[in-house]
Amino acid sequence: MDKINKILYFTLPFLVLVFGPWTYPIYAQESPIHGFLQTNYSVRVADGNPQGAKQGNLILGEERIQLKGSLYPSKSKIGVFVKSDFYRDEVEEDFNVDFREGYLDLREDKFGLRVGRQIYTWGVGDLLFINDVFPKDWEAFYSGRPLEYLKIGTDSVKLDIYSDIVSMEAIAIPSFVPDDLPSQGRFHFFDPYPAITYREIDKPGTTFRNSECALRLYRYIGDFDIGVYFYKGFFRSPAMKADNFTSPSTISHFYPELSVYGLSAQRSAFGGVANTEYGYYDSLNDRGGEDPGVDNSQSRFLAGYQRAFPDDFTVGMQYYGEWIHQYSQYKDNLPPAFPKKDRLHQYITLRFTKLLKYQALKLSLFSFYSPDENDYFLIPEMSYNFTDNLQATLGANIFGGANDNSMLGQHNKNDNIYTAVRYNF
Amino acid sequence: MKNIKILIMILALGVLGMIWTKASNSSDALTPEEIVRACYTHFYYAGNDMKARILMKLVDKGGQERIRDLTMLRKNYAEGGDQKYFMYFHKPADVKDTTFMVYKYINKDDDRWLFIPAINLVKRIAANDKYSSFVGSDFTYEDVSGRKPDEDNHTLLRKEQLNGKNCFVVESIPKAPLEYTKRISWIDETNFLPLKEEFYDKQNEFYREFQAQELKDINGILTITRRVMKNIKTGHRTEVAFQEVEYNVGIGDDIFSERYLRRPPLEWIR
Repeated sequence: MDKINKILYFTLPFLVLVFGPWTYPIYAQESPIHGFLQTNYSVRVADGNPQGAKQGNLILGEERIQLKGSLYPSKSKIGVFVKSDFYRDEVEEDFNVDFREGYLDLREDKFGLRVGRQIYTWGVGDLLFINDVFPKDWEAFYSGRPLEYLKIGTDSVKLDIYSDIVSMEAIAIPSFVPDDLPSQGRFHFFDPYPAITYREIDKPGTTFRNSECALRLYRYIGDFDIGVYFYKGFFRSPAMKADNFTSPSTISHFYPELSVYGLSAQRSAFGGVANTEYGYYDSLNDRGGEDPGVDNSQSRFLAGYQRAFPDDFTVGMQYYGEWIHQYSQYKDNLPPAFPKKDRLHQYITLRFTKLLKYQALKLSLFSFYSPDENDYFLIPEMSYNFTDNLQATLGANIFGGANDNSMLGQHNKNDNIYTAVRYNF
Repeated sequence: MKNIKILIMILALGVLGMIWTKASNSSDALTPEEIVRACYTHFYYAGNDMKARILMKLVDKGGQERIRDLTMLRKNYAEGGDQKYFMYFHKPADVKDTTFMVYKYINKDDDRWLFIPAINLVKRIAANDKYSSFVGSDFTYEDVSGRKPDEDNHTLLRKEQLNGKNCFVVESIPKAPLEYTKRISWIDETNFLPLKEEFYDKQNEFYREFQAQELKDINGILTITRRVMKNIKTGHRTEVAFQEVEYNVGIGDDIFSERYLRRPPLEWIR
């Protein structure tokens, strides 16, 4: 199955990108193929590489070409879009295809249907996701790949219904895709049971019952952007199963069932933009909160504010919280190897952005700080557009914390500096 | 009977005379505020709606060029009042398919949304920075969508000819301190379009200049189809060509919505 998928993902974009242009000139004069060439490297600056590191302190090394093309014939309601990357991975020393997006579009007056691989971004948080329950590539994010690589496309069907009262986006995802988490060999990370190296990972099978569905209702009303969200599916990071959590002899991982119910609102306020979002994470496999391997039900919420200042300077700040609902059950069942979380886990984020030289030079700093886990994550970045087509980026991912087992603190030894040079065409 | 005829003639002459005086003095009688308001509505509110392909060339001191190629849709909701803007970027390659939407309000900060196609994200952005650069050009957001006339005190300095056109020369001093301290505008007496503007900075030095370079009659509406904004101090300039301008094309309200930010209205942007 995987092999067939691989062949499909390789040939489909290839065919569209090679043969697409031949059909295109009938409709338009401009080149229908766009994309970029990019090199992207990231090196660990702290001493000590994780076990299994293949190329020393090289976390990321790649040369990549992205090709994208679309075909929306005029007077037709149907269109197609394809975006695929082909790259050389210097860490694994192989060539790969990353079929980013590819879908068929039907555009009607009152509704739209999109079938295929698509990227979704929901919610109002800035790098904080509550109702955005779609798969993410955290390894890409922590290793300094451009932001778009944080999002993974999902093979799905999306139905849009447009109306003046409320619009709706309904998504069905037949096949589960987990988050890409920092992997062995590239990253140091906390594992409560390092001695047990063999782990089975059980992904939800592609069955009708396992299909995920996500719904968003939205409307602009009285200066507010309002969103209402619903999701039924699975946690995207794995939970743990053990024969005995105190001194386990076997461990396996699986993705527990999850429902999320949420709301968001944003509007112009206090001379800037204010936003807020809430999500109730209903942990369906552990509603009682006694299973230490599965996350308890939580309320997640955020409030943010951004404001622009003269001379292209923007500041954004957010407060984010996760509240554990069955905290006493959580505490009572917590195995000794696990770090104990506070009932309320919080982050404060700050973003500073400054544009210079007619916006060709961009300086930015994003920071996460958790007052309860006492850890942080800083991303200073500088990018410069030499021309409209050529752009270079230099940045760093800096982690730290009081403990090596907290969410950000576990990455303490993963500090890295990254560069990317991109030529757009 | 004769008397009545004379009376009617006298009355008619009187009316004609009044019309004559009014016509010949019409522009003289305008206050500087009225001139600037007329300029504001003629320049920023032409037609009920407008569609244009806009090509911006950002040229630095050394002559290096950058391009911003976009389609702009604008709709008025009241003359001199609220407006909505929708922009779709064709070039450069890294922002192709990006869309940008503005709800411009007269009595409060605008609402602005940006759609980033690579991650399918609609992002609301802070809109209180009217003086930051529009897409890296020499035009500020305010230059693009207009500055309300009642935000400045206006004085008619003189009337003079500019390139053979009779112009009002109006000085506008912002009531509240902002990026510039003084603006002098050459406003065409016959069509109220701004042919030239000079901006003065906090040191009271001339630092930015707007010039209308080409005017065309489009569906009976005189339109500045080529314009340039020059920064005198940095030597940077932005040349803008309005191509394929159309007015009163019937842009629906629904175009200015999240729906079309995410799926650009192809019939309008091609």
